Amino acid sequence: MLAWTIYISFAGALLLMLWPRRFAQSAKVVALVVALLGAGFALMGALKAGPGMTTICRVPWVPSLGIEYHLASDGISLTLVVLTGIASVVGILFSWNVERRAKEFFAFYMVLIGGVYGVFISFDVFLLFVFYEIAIIPKYFLIAIWGSTNKEYGAMKLALYSFVGSAMVLMGLVAAYVVAGGATTSLIDLAQFEFSKEFQYWAFPLVFVGFAILAGLWPFHTWAPTGHVAAPTAVSMLLAGVVMKLGAYGALRVAMTLFPLGLQAWQSEIGLLAVIGIVYGAMAALVQTDFKFVIGYSSVSHMGFVILGLATLNEIGLSGAVLQMFSHGIIAGLLFAVVGRMVYDRAHTRELGALQGLNLSARIPFAAVTFVVGGAASMGLPGFSGFVAELQVFIGAWRAFPSYAILAGVGLVIGVAYTLRALQKVFLTDRAPGAEGLAPALDPISTPEKLGALVLMAATLLIGLYPRLLLDWIVPSFQSPLFERLRKGAAW
Amino acid sequence: MSSVDYFQLLKLVAPEAVMALGALAVLAVDLLFMRCSSHHQRQTMGAFVAGLGCLGALLCLLQSGESASLFGGMLVVDPLTRMAKAALLILTVFTIILSIERTFSDHVGEYYALILLATIGMMFLVSSEELLMIFVSLELTSLSLYILTAFHKRSAQSAEAALKYFLFGGMAAAFTLFGISLVYGLSGATGLREIAVALEGKELDAPMALALVMTVTGFGFKIAVVPFHLWAPDAYQGAPTPTAALVASGSKVASFFVLAKVLMIGFSGFEGDAGWRHFVSGWAPILAVLALLSMFLGNLAAIAQSSVRRLLAYSAIAHSGYALLGILSNSERGFSSLMYYMVTYALTAIGAFGVVAIVEERKGGSRLSDFAGLGRESPLVGLSMMIFMLSLAGIPPLAGFFGKFYVFVAAVGSGSENSGLLWLVIVAIAMSAVSLYYYLQVLKQIFVADETSEPSVVREESFTNIAICGLAVLVVILGCAPNLLVAGFDAAVRTAGFK
Repeated sequence: MLAWTIYISFAGALLLMLWPRRFAQSAKVVALVVALLGAGFALMGALKAGPGMTTICRVPWVPSLGIEYHLASDGISLTLVVLTGIASVVGILFSWNVERRAKEFFAFYMVLIGGVYGVFISFDVFLLFVFYEIAIIPKYFLIAIWGSTNKEYGAMKLALYSFVGSAMVLMGLVAAYVVAGGATTSLIDLAQFEFSKEFQYWAFPLVFVGFAILAGLWPFHTWAPTGHVAAPTAVSMLLAGVVMKLGAYGALRVAMTLFPLGLQAWQSEIGLLAVIGIVYGAMAALVQTDFKFVIGYSSVSHMGFVILGLATLNEIGLSGAVLQMFSHGIIAGLLFAVVGRMVYDRAHTRELGALQGLNLSARIPFAAVTFVVGGAASMGLPGFSGFVAELQVFIGAWRAFPSYAILAGVGLVIGVAYTLRALQKVFLTDRAPGAEGLAPALDPISTPEKLGALVLMAATLLIGLYPRLLLDWIVPSFQSPLFERLRKGAAW
Repeated sequence: MSSVDYFQLLKLVAPEAVMALGALAVLAVDLLFMRCSSHHQRQTMGAFVAGLGCLGALLCLLQSGESASLFGGMLVVDPLTRMAKAALLILTVFTIILSIERTFSDHVGEYYALILLATIGMMFLVSSEELLMIFVSLELTSLSLYILTAFHKRSAQSAEAALKYFLFGGMAAAFTLFGISLVYGLSGATGLREIAVALEGKELDAPMALALVMTVTGFGFKIAVVPFHLWAPDAYQGAPTPTAALVASGSKVASFFVLAKVLMIGFSGFEGDAGWRHFVSGWAPILAVLALLSMFLGNLAAIAQSSVRRLLAYSAIAHSGYALLGILSNSERGFSSLMYYMVTYALTAIGAFGVVAIVEERKGGSRLSDFAGLGRESPLVGLSMMIFMLSLAGIPPLAGFFGKFYVFVAAVGSGSENSGLLWLVIVAIAMSAVSLYYYLQVLKQIFVADETSEPSVVREESFTNIAICGLAVLVVILGCAPNLLVAGFDAAVRTAGFK
């Protein structure tokens, strides 16, 4: 069932490419149906599969090299597959106003989604890498063709950063494959192979950082703000919502399971980078004048929590990291939707100073409410998913390295500051005298936007109030043989 | 080997014989029957007859299942050479289809005959394990290609390209011949396997080193590796598109094939070692340096190009660098990976030149800016070009990615401790990350840039379009199911008697 998420997305992309040009305006409906089907498959497959490791499909692909087409799932995959399902549907709802070359837009979009689904359920490192790269290229075109501010620069920077990252991953994987005997690329077999300590010592940072570039690891995060800002709304949502998770997921699934000794050796360095990312991202967000840059840097800050959670190497920290991937995916989607679609498409400016005078809270109250909810979730208010996830990461970090935990706490406080600052400037400023009469009327918030925002808000509330829905998937996953060496080494 | 059974011999060279007959038939048909027909009809007829010749040769290949090695390796027929020949024939067929709608020459019959002759040369090249025969077939290929490069008689660039190609090529041939004569002097044999036996246990002394360097230099010209690459950008730029496609595809596949055989079989005792801080004199360190230079210069110079043809030329140089890793690994897996890499690369290169041909027909040039708006004018061609460029950049699931992966795996896994050639593979992967930049520049023009000039008159080129789409589909299929080729090459290489 889960495998169909991939096939339906690619089939949808093909269908959209072949879709007759005179019906181009209905392309969004096709895309929505495809995305809904994909999300349906994801949800149903996830409910059926359960937290244990479940093989979906395993056939030889290139037998002489031991490469297999191996799709499988565990609780971590399921969490992220469900996230992808939600994000892909909502993303289409928020690109309902894409008119220019709509067919191509949605075709690239579906290729991206298919690649993302593929990464999350691949249990063969070669296959995982293939899907990982498939997800890179559509991003370039989506941003370069449909983006805004500095779009070609942002797109190329994003593509090159991603590709350099995946080149590093490829170096490590080729080396690991050969060192392990050159007979298998199966993730499980490689995770159980005892690589020598010296090898892990240099291979781990290569693969981990290679993946983590896409997760916005400081100091390789600079693609993220420019890319997010340049991208069209739906793509910003996907970039922050699921693509950055690809990086974090790869770091967890491949780098950490293959090279646990390397992780232990580099644990505190990675933790340090993560904490710097948290604080730096938050401080950068505090001084931005472009509304979208605020959210872009906040993504860097929040992804820092994911990486910090991974570096804690204890169960609560790791499951917090996975939960944070889900939570940030939803919340970042919500915030980018407000900034890019609800505000920018109507006000045609993202400058905080300019937005101040527009009296947006009265004119588009729905946007204001959505941003308040999203901002509250992003700040980590109890009741929203961000709280549960970041709390777990904190507890984990406190056990592993208390000083970093304190610094991360500082980052969280700054997080409150920049969110409130943005909220206050954009929505809560007193109306400038006389501005009312001059301003042209803004389109009311459309139904697809409302639907999309409601879905995201419901998701973050649901997980915030009842996190066990996901934790029951995530926590048992760490007991699988995949993480055996990691568990043994970390002695949790 | 006492007496020659001519019937047996004819059976073994049946594919080449059919090709030769095809070449004669093309000449005859064009001369006798097509004098009064329009240019397009003559082209179609010529291509039809030439294509028929290739298909006939393919059929002969598929039918025969014998293996033989005649005259001390002058003619070797085994599954490996058969697969290589089949690949060459398919590449030639695509080149021929690309030629149909070109209008650069009135000498239709001669043109197709020369393409077939060049292909015959390549076929003999891959089926020979004897230095003299290798040299003769190399010359047959090269001479045909020189003429084909100059075939656009009204273009000064074409003449310049041909002259450069010819002078460099002639020089390279001299080097090869000099190397061969030295090898003969040292070993008293010209068959690769006999050379290996005669030279076994020998030290790498000065004459032997000279012979090695000379031979590698000669072949280095053919495969266009730095520093023997200077002809390539000019030849690619000036030559008629189908010729450039053939130079970039078939000729390269055959040259790599035979270079690998000469080094891995003939000079099997002199490989040395190119492992990091384990350098031992021999051909491996020479090739490692050539590969390193090619990857650096090819990729960096390609970034600066504004002409897509020159960009493809520099990218071809870079790709030769990657492919050398397959020879460097000096193993059966290495040879198999080299074959997969070169065949898929050749398919991609022909496709890319096909797209260049279409753009030149419409815009009169092949600068990057001429590609603007291609994606909207002809979506299928644009999409195909995207597949070719991404495959060259090594993006999965296209063939170029698996080719690179396979070559890298073979190189890292090759014998010597210290992970063998890992250092070179790391450079290769890093440089292929660089290469994405300039391939994306092409795609940016096609899909992102707004059209600068007036929308041009779109002349529908159905044959060219079919060839391009067919190649794009092949690149995708071979990338998604690499085992279609890999299994065959693996099995064939195992029977070919490498160590």
